[in-house]
Amino acid sequence: MRWIREGWRRLRSLTRTEGIEAGLDEEILFHIERQTDKNLRAGLPPDEARRQAYIQFGGVEQFKESTRDEFRPVLIQDSLLDLRHALRSLRRAPVFTLVAALTLALGIGATTAVFTVVHGVLIKPLPFRDSDALVSLKHTSKDVNGGPPYGLSLSLFLSYTQENRSFEQLGVWSRGTEHVTDGVLPEEVTTLNVSAGTLRALAVPPAMGRWFSEDDQAPDALETVMLMDGYWARRFGRDPSIIGRQMAVDSRPRLVIGVMPASFRFLDEAPDLVLPVRIDPRTLTLGGFNFEGLARLAPGITAEHASADLGRAVPVWVEAWPPFPGTPRADYFQVTPLVRPLKQELVGSVGTMLWVLMGTIGIVLVIACANVANLVLLRAQDRHQEIAIRAALGAGRGRLARQMLAESLVLGLLGGALGVLLASAGLHVMSMLGPAGIPRLREITLDPAVLAFAVGLSLASALLFGSIPVARFGGRRLALTLQGGGRGSSDSRERHRARHVLVVVQVALALVLLVGSGLMVRTFLALRAVPPGFTDPDHVQLVRITLSETQIGDPERVLRAQRDMLDRLAAIPGVTDVSFTGNVPMAAGERSRSTIEREDVPSHGSQPLRWFRYVAPGFFRTIGTPLVAGRDFTWVDLEEYRPVALVSESLARELWRDPRAALGQRIREGDGSPWREIVGVVGDVHDDGVHREAPAIVYWPSLMETFLGQEINVRRAVTFAIRSGRAGSDGFLAQVRDAVSGVEPDVPLTRVRTLGDVYGRSLATTSFALVMLATAAAMALVLGVIGIYGVIAQAVAQRRREIGIRTALGASRRELEAMFVRRGLTLALTGVVCGLAAAVALTRLMASLLFGTSPLDPAIYVLVALGLTSIAALASYVPARRAARIDPVQTLRGE
Amino acid sequence: MTKERGDLLQGTLDMLVLKALQLEAMHGWGITERIEQWSEHVLQLGQGTLYPALYRLERQELIRSEWRITENSRRARYYSLTRQGRRQLETELAQWQRTSRAVNQVLAVTVP
Repeated sequence: MRWIREGWRRLRSLTRTEGIEAGLDEEILFHIERQTDKNLRAGLPPDEARRQAYIQFGGVEQFKESTRDEFRPVLIQDSLLDLRHALRSLRRAPVFTLVAALTLALGIGATTAVFTVVHGVLIKPLPFRDSDALVSLKHTSKDVNGGPPYGLSLSLFLSYTQENRSFEQLGVWSRGTEHVTDGVLPEEVTTLNVSAGTLRALAVPPAMGRWFSEDDQAPDALETVMLMDGYWARRFGRDPSIIGRQMAVDSRPRLVIGVMPASFRFLDEAPDLVLPVRIDPRTLTLGGFNFEGLARLAPGITAEHASADLGRAVPVWVEAWPPFPGTPRADYFQVTPLVRPLKQELVGSVGTMLWVLMGTIGIVLVIACANVANLVLLRAQDRHQEIAIRAALGAGRGRLARQMLAESLVLGLLGGALGVLLASAGLHVMSMLGPAGIPRLREITLDPAVLAFAVGLSLASALLFGSIPVARFGGRRLALTLQGGGRGSSDSRERHRARHVLVVVQVALALVLLVGSGLMVRTFLALRAVPPGFTDPDHVQLVRITLSETQIGDPERVLRAQRDMLDRLAAIPGVTDVSFTGNVPMAAGERSRSTIEREDVPSHGSQPLRWFRYVAPGFFRTIGTPLVAGRDFTWVDLEEYRPVALVSESLARELWRDPRAALGQRIREGDGSPWREIVGVVGDVHDDGVHREAPAIVYWPSLMETFLGQEINVRRAVTFAIRSGRAGSDGFLAQVRDAVSGVEPDVPLTRVRTLGDVYGRSLATTSFALVMLATAAAMALVLGVIGIYGVIAQAVAQRRREIGIRTALGASRRELEAMFVRRGLTLALTGVVCGLAAAVALTRLMASLLFGTSPLDPAIYVLVALGLTSIAALASYVPARRAARIDPVQTLRGE
Repeated sequence: MTKERGDLLQGTLDMLVLKALQLEAMHGWGITERIEQWSEHVLQLGQGTLYPALYRLERQELIRSEWRITENSRRARYYSLTRQGRRQLETELAQWQRTSRAVNQVLAVTVP
């Protein structure tokens, strides 16, 4: 407490110093006058009386000074002085200041940018009240080929709602699309279908109106809808009277009951409308795992507790509901709940990658600091005469150290300010690219926490590079310096040790980053080398077209309309192939699963779930998937409802060992369906991304009889794949649109992309990591090379005299060059050796990002070590060549 | 970077200043006069040393100062004890008496 008050008093007196000073003058004057009066009264003559008074008082200025010490805020005023001194001396050395500040700005800017992403994605809580209690609810079972966790069915949701004791709120949600059919043009909108519990769990109140309640979920309830802020603004111009009005969604009127606030973000979804999930318990079966679960944990309950609790509810659920047609009840016992923090679920595997990036960029910052420390050391060396003189004149060691540190702090803050500008520009670019499978991208901002981080980073860097010269020149053996005079004593190893250590550190760290990015390049190449299962995906245009029941009722007419569209699309100039599929390979979240029974092996017990996909004839030819055995579907197969199927090569090998052996075998999706003959085997498609095994897939025709309990099963929402060299261009899309609307007007094209986009997205995380790591490594390399170059160039400059003498004594150019290159190489090799050791230890952390290589890939290590060494040799050769050109006569005469 | 104050009498001077102010508020010159009178001109302080002491004591909030008009209608800064200053004076007096008695006793020992 005391020192706070003291500090405050001193701070205040900083502004009042002048008043006190005047007071002191007046006081002392008064004192002298009184003493003079007294001396006069004692009988001294006036002059003598005054003189005696001064003598009695003692040295006026001296006492004033020591009185001032009592009220002057010494530390603060000295600090301001240091600061002013620092600014002045930096301004005198603009090149040094610019280079140092820019180096720092690069390091701090890059670190701040990556930290912003890490903070926004990994650290910042989700934008919901008490968001740590929010969990996602998924399921695993032992036999979905180790596939990713899946959601839950409505019956399971109802059982959980009754049985669970772990959740305060529990809800389900799913994505969807609908057509808004009133207004001038019908448009397809993205919808979020939620149960009432989902909104209550998130606890974001609507901006207007009300939430859904359980009543809205009833099958016979009035149909309702909530608007997202963006859609409300776009379609209704923020009309506040919208609540209570009706809008036509899929030709049926829905009552608008609420508008969500602009701040509401539902995970990474971007819906236009929020619709209530309709639940009719009478029609539900155990199956239909098409919903995502979201819940708020009750106080004191952990995610593990909740998982265990739900596990107890699973048998109850299995007994309570009828099984999905064709699936034995026993299969459902293996459903295992998996409750995970919502944030973890959302962030997924990106976490590791971001932390690796953060570490990488941190290393770049350290290298940048080492470079600046090198510059500062150089400067201190140039100035050690000045420093020695100041020490001799009485500046204390602490004072000198503070002055050097002040300079570093100013540099650090300058670099930090520039760095924040760089970071915000970088983030701007990144959000424009909007890429890379990074979740929560919309939540990333340069907020106060990030700014505080940047300031802390600047200060820490300043201390890092500022303390090295202080340690070297903190007033030690300064007398020696003065004795040594300005003459460049040939070379003192000791004097350069600090700079050498810095260069070695730089080279070592640069090597670590180069190895890291080498491994990423290798990974990327390995991924690109994996045949994805289709060819030349950039020339395959994808568009999704949905024919609703209100547009075309009859299933056969749906197929006919789709075929008409195919014919018109095929007629577009430049189109070589066209077909369609129920969902697109490799597009996450776009596929389905069911059990598959084999005729040759009677089923007993549970059957594994298999992925399946609906395709039209010619789909595999269009995307370039080879036919391994047998034949493709034909239109006749579809028209005549022939019971046929295709399987992937991996499934054929798994079940029958040989693709040919699969031909003629019969399979079905469950009891009560006809056996369907396998007429063809197609090449594997890496549906889970090329870094995973290609899953076994069954392909069904897009029009079938008696499938999954449906009499006639037709795909109403299909994605057309059109192969053309003009795929992706605007002109081409316009022609596609004309072709489609020529068959059925008012059908919007959605999810317009090329297969190449889908493929690129599956590589997005890797390419993002690659680009970032390669950038970091390139920066590290440049900084490291500058470091080596700087050290050798300075050595040459300081040893001009020695070189002159050597040349005069007959040393050859080549010998002189070799002398300096050897020195640079020694430094570089030491760095390389240290770096190799560090890389072996550190690259293990990025093992999970790698594919087709290992963290200890010898080729990368050798290549990087050789490359770095030769670049280092080059960096020292340039100044060494200059050394060899020194004219001895000139140099020696100059002395 | 506080300057070394080598004044051995520092603690004593502070106590004398407090003592001088015990009865009434006084200006700097008055304090030197008072100390000289009371010590019967034995203690002749360099008058200037008083001022650092006054500023120090004021900072420690043992004394406070205000500008007043003297009997000769001059402006002068008058110092007076704060409550904290009075307490400090008492403890210092007690301390001093203990110390001086002890020192006297040591000096009174007759060595044969």
